[in-house]
Amino acid sequence: MSERTESLGALNDGDAFETVADNTLSRRERYRRLVDRWVLAPGRIVWSDVRARIGALILLLYVLVGLLGPRLYPEPAVNQGPRSVTPLAEGLTYPLGTDNLGRDILGQIIWATPSMLQMIMAGGLFVTVMGVAVGTTAGYAGGRTDRVISLITDIVMTIPGLPLIVILAAILEPQNPIVMGLILTINVWAGLAREIRSQVLSISRHSYVEASKAMGLSTPSIMVKDVLPNIMPYVLITFVNAARQVIFASVGLYFLGVLPYDSVVNWGVMIDQAVSGGAMHVTSMAHWLIAPLATITLLSFGLILFSQGTDRMFNPRVRARHSSTTSSDGEPTDDGATPTTGGGVR
Amino acid sequence: MQKYYVERTFQAIVTVVSVMTLAFFLLRLMPGNPADAYRAELIQNNPEMSQAVIDQRVERKLNVLPSDPLHEQYLTYVGGLLRGDLGESINEGVPVSEIIAGALPWTIFTMSIALLLSFTIGISLGAAMAYKEGSRFDYGSSVLSILLNSIPNYIVGILLIWFLGYRLELFPTGGRYSNDMEPAMSPLEPLATAAFLGDAFWHASLLIASFTIVAAGGWALGMRGNSIQVLGEDYLRVARLRGLSERRIATRYVGRNAVLPLYTALLIAIGFALGGSVILEQVFTYPGVGYYMIEALEARDYPLMMGIFLVMTIAVVIGVYIADLTYGIIDPRAQARGGEH
Repeated sequence: MSERTESLGALNDGDAFETVADNTLSRRERYRRLVDRWVLAPGRIVWSDVRARIGALILLLYVLVGLLGPRLYPEPAVNQGPRSVTPLAEGLTYPLGTDNLGRDILGQIIWATPSMLQMIMAGGLFVTVMGVAVGTTAGYAGGRTDRVISLITDIVMTIPGLPLIVILAAILEPQNPIVMGLILTINVWAGLAREIRSQVLSISRHSYVEASKAMGLSTPSIMVKDVLPNIMPYVLITFVNAARQVIFASVGLYFLGVLPYDSVVNWGVMIDQAVSGGAMHVTSMAHWLIAPLATITLLSFGLILFSQGTDRMFNPRVRARHSSTTSSDGEPTDDGATPTTGGGVR
Repeated sequence: MQKYYVERTFQAIVTVVSVMTLAFFLLRLMPGNPADAYRAELIQNNPEMSQAVIDQRVERKLNVLPSDPLHEQYLTYVGGLLRGDLGESINEGVPVSEIIAGALPWTIFTMSIALLLSFTIGISLGAAMAYKEGSRFDYGSSVLSILLNSIPNYIVGILLIWFLGYRLELFPTGGRYSNDMEPAMSPLEPLATAAFLGDAFWHASLLIASFTIVAAGGWALGMRGNSIQVLGEDYLRVARLRGLSERRIATRYVGRNAVLPLYTALLIAIGFALGGSVILEQVFTYPGVGYYMIEALEARDYPLMMGIFLVMTIAVVIGVYIADLTYGIIDPRAQARGGEH
């Protein structure tokens, strides 16, 4: 903010040309700070925590598989290989073996990943945006607005999610993974909204928010600078929880066979086909069932580890230790996106 | 305080009415509009049937008459639901309430045992972990809890069925009780009743176990966090300075204050366990409400499906309502704050 006022002053003084270089430099400096604050410092903190490091590596693995897998690995197809091959029986041709239709199991897992990730991202973003928007509005507005929003939130929260999703899936028969992600999280946002509402309630009673109000700052800027940084931990953890919800519900419902799917089978469909194909009865077919089970469990485990580890990311004291700008530059606190007072809340 | 109770009651009523409304519109939106589909089926199978009889049949099945104006349909539908009339199952030809009444006790039986077990195990483990915070036991149990909590319960169920059901053949792999078992529930025949209950429990045990194993991890982590927070409070230091016994501190001070926040979660979980039973009961082919819901969906038996959905929702509403009303009794601090917890 200070740079902006300086450059305005420079314009008035008429030596705007001379300040251009200075201005871009400081803008670059500002970007550097932003990157440091939002990317490097969190990254360093994540890396310093064993749980988060393992979690991040697991998630990275899935993202890489989702992005590159279908390009590098042949698409699974019926009768592409001999039926019911056990893992590594034919060398590395079918690393995880094949199913009863001769489809490569590793191929099925890889090819199902992109749509699963899309579903997770869609669901997670939907929950986060809805939860933060509704929760902050209710908590900050107060009064009648708060009461109406809270009533709606409570109603949405009370409706049992899975049965509702089953019904919605029957009505809409979604094929698009993004639509699927939205349906699967149709009522998850309410929990986050409620948590955020109570957080915002307690934050807005803090003295620094009162001070910002007294200084006449606009509501949006108070929200962005004083309130939102404090609820970031909730947001991230809830994003992860929503992601897990999407995985659990989608895999479960594909397993039940209530969701439609096209040629690329989903991990849940794989479990369903393995169970109905008798993988539970024949030892030589065990890999067919174990592969999707392990895939789902590992992803969920990675998400949990990551969210547990990142808990520290939002602790200002830990941040300060890992940030290179906050300590050396001594910048004004009102410019900071992470006020040090944030530690008192929670 | 009075105002709070009134508000909560109002909220519960609004919730139930909203869900009934939602159910009505969902039923209307169902693909192939069930009312029209059923009417077409009736006309096709009974060409001589009069329009009035067909209308009557459709209305009995779905509680709505598609030829009526929308608001009248809505009123008949909600009116029927409020009288406990959930319509009639299209496939079974019996009232939906009858099917639910037959299936619900089994779901309640399994889920209540599973919830109580997971809660008891979870909070005991969580308290022990918090008490030995930082020890190898705490570390190991935390990792185990996270791991267990990160597996969906139906996957645990599949694994249990696989090993204990099919491989080792220690447990049955489906059904409520053995085929040769006569259902007996009477104080006059204590032996038969005990045998029947034992058999029923044996059949439900894997389902209960898969729910418990996963949920216990979650409760343990929650309890651990709460206990550690309580352990840092000043009043504990005061209690120690007063020379209170460790046992009294552990139960009355730490235990009580750490469990309290979980109480609401437990009552909410009761309702959600009903919803969660949908997948588990399918895995174990256990005919509870969740099982029938999927059966109904596959058979496009919409009245049955909506009926189960409504019953599950009302169960959650009641659970949350009781939680909110009794929380003040259990935790006097909530009362002072007017229930804002």
